[in-house]
Order: sequence, then structure tokens, then C-alpha cells
Amino acid sequence: MATSLDIRGIAKDYAVDGNVLHVLTGINLSIEEGEFVSLVGASGCGKSTLLRLLVGLEKDFRGDIRLDGKCIAGPGLERGIVFQEARLLPWLNVEQNIATALLNAPIGEAEKRERIAHHIALVRLNGFEKALPRQLSGGMAQRVAIARALVNRPRVLLLDEPFGALDALTRSHLQDQLLEIWATEKITAIFVTHDVEEAVYLSDRVVVMAPRPGRIRRVIDIDLPRPRDRGDPDYARLRAHVLNELTSASEPAAVSA
Amino acid sequence: MSRNVSTIRKVRRGLVLPALVLLGWWGIFAADLADPRIVASISDVWRYGAQMVGSGELWGDIGASLGRNLLGFAIGVAAGLVLAVLLSLSAWARLAVAPTIDALKNVSAFAWVPLIAIWFGLGEGSRLFFIAFATFFPVYFNAMEGIGGVPRDWLELGRVYGFSRRQAVTRIILPAALPSIFTGLYVGLIMSWMVTLGVEYMLTATRGVGHLLLDGRDNFRMDQVILGVLVVGLIGFALHAIADAVERRVLKWRGSSAAAQVL
Repeated sequence: MATSLDIRGIAKDYAVDGNVLHVLTGINLSIEEGEFVSLVGASGCGKSTLLRLLVGLEKDFRGDIRLDGKCIAGPGLERGIVFQEARLLPWLNVEQNIATALLNAPIGEAEKRERIAHHIALVRLNGFEKALPRQLSGGMAQRVAIARALVNRPRVLLLDEPFGALDALTRSHLQDQLLEIWATEKITAIFVTHDVEEAVYLSDRVVVMAPRPGRIRRVIDIDLPRPRDRGDPDYARLRAHVLNELTSASEPAAVSA
Repeated sequence: MSRNVSTIRKVRRGLVLPALVLLGWWGIFAADLADPRIVASISDVWRYGAQMVGSGELWGDIGASLGRNLLGFAIGVAAGLVLAVLLSLSAWARLAVAPTIDALKNVSAFAWVPLIAIWFGLGEGSRLFFIAFATFFPVYFNAMEGIGGVPRDWLELGRVYGFSRRQAVTRIILPAALPSIFTGLYVGLIMSWMVTLGVEYMLTATRGVGHLLLDGRDNFRMDQVILGVLVVGLIGFALHAIADAVERRVLKWRGSSAAAQVL
């Protein structure tokens, strides 16, 4: 498969009270087309910052990010993003919220309507087209956010702890729905989470990051057949492996290594 | 259901005091305790009111006051909103202009009356200027606060979807600031009605409810004065109700009302 997203030599610093804080350093990662990759790590490891760089929301960094060979400079409709909070505009209904993503899309009105309807069906919200955000549950709101992120038919779907604020049952339903969508849309997905279980269940590869400075500690292949069985011993073994990498990454001793 | 019952109860309890006032008003006339040079009886006020309505004079006064109120209000709203949007788009302009406006708000609108009266005369233009001036401040400050309080997360959404500056203003910033803007419109409407009466006194108008009141005082017509007070109150009440209804409709997505917070 072809490389979709190529991340080379990324480094990003913040100046805090005159001290330089290395948020990210030496990040190299190639992601193939259609691949599902998770970024896991303790808070402060820069995983969300890395995702924001991929979205194009942070401009001040070193290294380069190429999508299909082209350098990323700012946000673009070929990348969809789902944030931790649904970020729906409360005065717009479900349909209108999804339509905001298409405001500047180079397609006609009929095509826009057709795509919105298609994506509402994709996240199974038929019948809620006219509902306002305050009438939706957290899980439904996040499904609207997913539909909004996909409606431009992006090449890459970026997700920043999208299920972090949901209850366990809703979360596991949405994980399965996301996998279904990922399979049908054949999209490249990059998923930030601090939940090892979630990362192993969803991903082809799990990137374990370490904090201070934020860097990649290990990339672990999850070569389990899909659909995955959470009770499978291989699954448990890989989960323990990722967890082990993650905990040793967080220990201060690991920094000097 | 229980909410309805308690609402009825609240209304009933709220009506007790006005009922007592009416009863007292009626009582002092029934007991022949009142000096008609100081206060008119309910029946006198009623009779005078009916006569003024019948002759159409009252509508003329109300029309004159409401017309200048709403025109001045509209000018003040336009100025306040346009300035708030412009300043929110440019940090440079904000730093240059906002402190002066902050300082000006401390001078009561009425303090400018003598100056403006001398410069621009006692005409309708000066009256409208004051009403607009008084409306401007609450509209401007609330709009600034609303625009400044738009969550960064929402603005980021606009960046992600390639919104132009104009799209960001019309699709995110203004709708998000609308609850605050409404609070400003609401306060502005109340202020503008107060100032309308004020300028009708100070920059003497020949028509209007303020003129009705002044004329009543000058001729010791207490029925006319009390009618004027009642009309002012009723119009204020109606303006509230209209603003409330409009806000409820426009901000349906929010499910509460700025009017409830202001009052």
C-alpha cells in the first residue's frame, strides 16, 4: 500500500516563563493509506499537539508533514477532525452542523444535500436531522461530529480522544461504529487516546509516546484479525505489551535511557 | 403541572400589593380625605383617559414618543453593533478606541444635554441623538462582551473548514454572541424609553407622553399627570413583552432568556 501521511523530523517547543518546553521532538512516522493508527501516551506526551499539527492548527514547528507527497500548511478539507468535545454549534440543527463543513467545499447544492443525508445515515442518526445539539446525548453529538468530519470525504480522519467523555457502554458501541465506517469508507484514521484497551481494539498499529520531551517510544503492530475479540489471549497479550511500554515510558528513569 | 400551579400562585401573590394600592386610592376618595390639587380620583383619571382616547389625542402623544424612541433606539443599536464588530476584528482599533468609550460611559447621557442643546438646538435631531446615545452604550458593551466570550473551540472549527473572516463573523461570532447582544438590546430598550421621557422634559417637545405629563403639571391637572404615568408604565411593559417574545423566538436553541436574567 502507498504511504498516505509522512511525518518527518517534527519538533515543537513552547516558551513558558522564559524556559523552553520541548513538547515534541524527533517525531518520524509513516502512515499507509487506509491504515488505523492510534497514538497513546500519558498526558503531556504531546499526542494531542501532534494531532493539531496534522490538522494544521499549529503553524510554528520544525520538520515536515506530507499528505500524498504534498506539504501540509494549514487546515484543509482533505483532513477531517473529531475533537474530544463534539463542538457542535448549538444554534444549528444536526443537518446544519454537518453542512458547516461543506460551506467552502467545491461542490453543488444538490451534491451537498446528498452527502449530508448519506453521512447522517452512516452514523445512524436518521430522524434526527432537525434536532438541536442540546436535545442529543453525548454519544449522538459525537456521531454528528464524526459525520461532519467525514462529509468532505477526507483522505485522513483525525480523532482526538473522541470517546473520552462518554460512558463505557456508549464508548464501546461507538468504537464498533467507527470501525464499520472506517472499513466502508476505506479512510486513513489517526486516533489519539490514553486508553490502551481502546487503542489495541481499534488499531493496526499503536504508537506509544513518552513525555518530557514528547517523543515516540515504540510502535507496536496489532496483527489481530478483525472483528476483534476482547477475550482473545493474543489480544490480552498485546494489550499487556502496550501497557507495559506505556508505564515504563512514564517512569522518570526511562527518560535518561 | 406543579409548575403551572406555582406560577398561578406567584402571579396571585404578586397582584396583592397593586390591589391594595388601588383599594387605598379608591378609599381615600370614598372617605373624602383627598386634596384634588395633589391627586385625582380613579374615576377622574378614567374619564380623562376615555376622553383623550376618544379624541385621538392620546394616540398622537403615544405615537410621537414611541416613534422617536424606536428611531433613536435603532440608530443606537446600529452604531453599537457595527462598532463592536469592527473593534472585535482589529486588535489595533480596539486598543485605540475602546478605552475612550469605556471612559465616556461614566458620563451620564443627561450631562450632555446643555451642551448638545446649545450646539444643535432643542429640535428633534437633538432628542434622537440622546436616545441613540443612551442606547449605544449597553448595546456596545454587551456585544463586545459576547464577541470576546466566543469559545476559541468554535473559532477553531471555522479555521478547520476554511471559513473566511466574513463567514466566521456571520456564521460563528455573531450567533455565538447573540445571547449577550440580546441582553444589550434589552437594557438599551429600557434605557431608551427612560431617556425618551427625559429628553421630552429637557428638550421640550410639543408632542409626546413627556409633554402630556409636563402639561398636566403646569395646569394642575392631576388626572392628566396620573394618566401619563400609567401610559408610560404600560408602554414600558409592552416593550418588555415584545422584546421577550422576539428573544425567545430567536434564541430558541438556548432554552432560556436574557430578559429573565436582566430583570
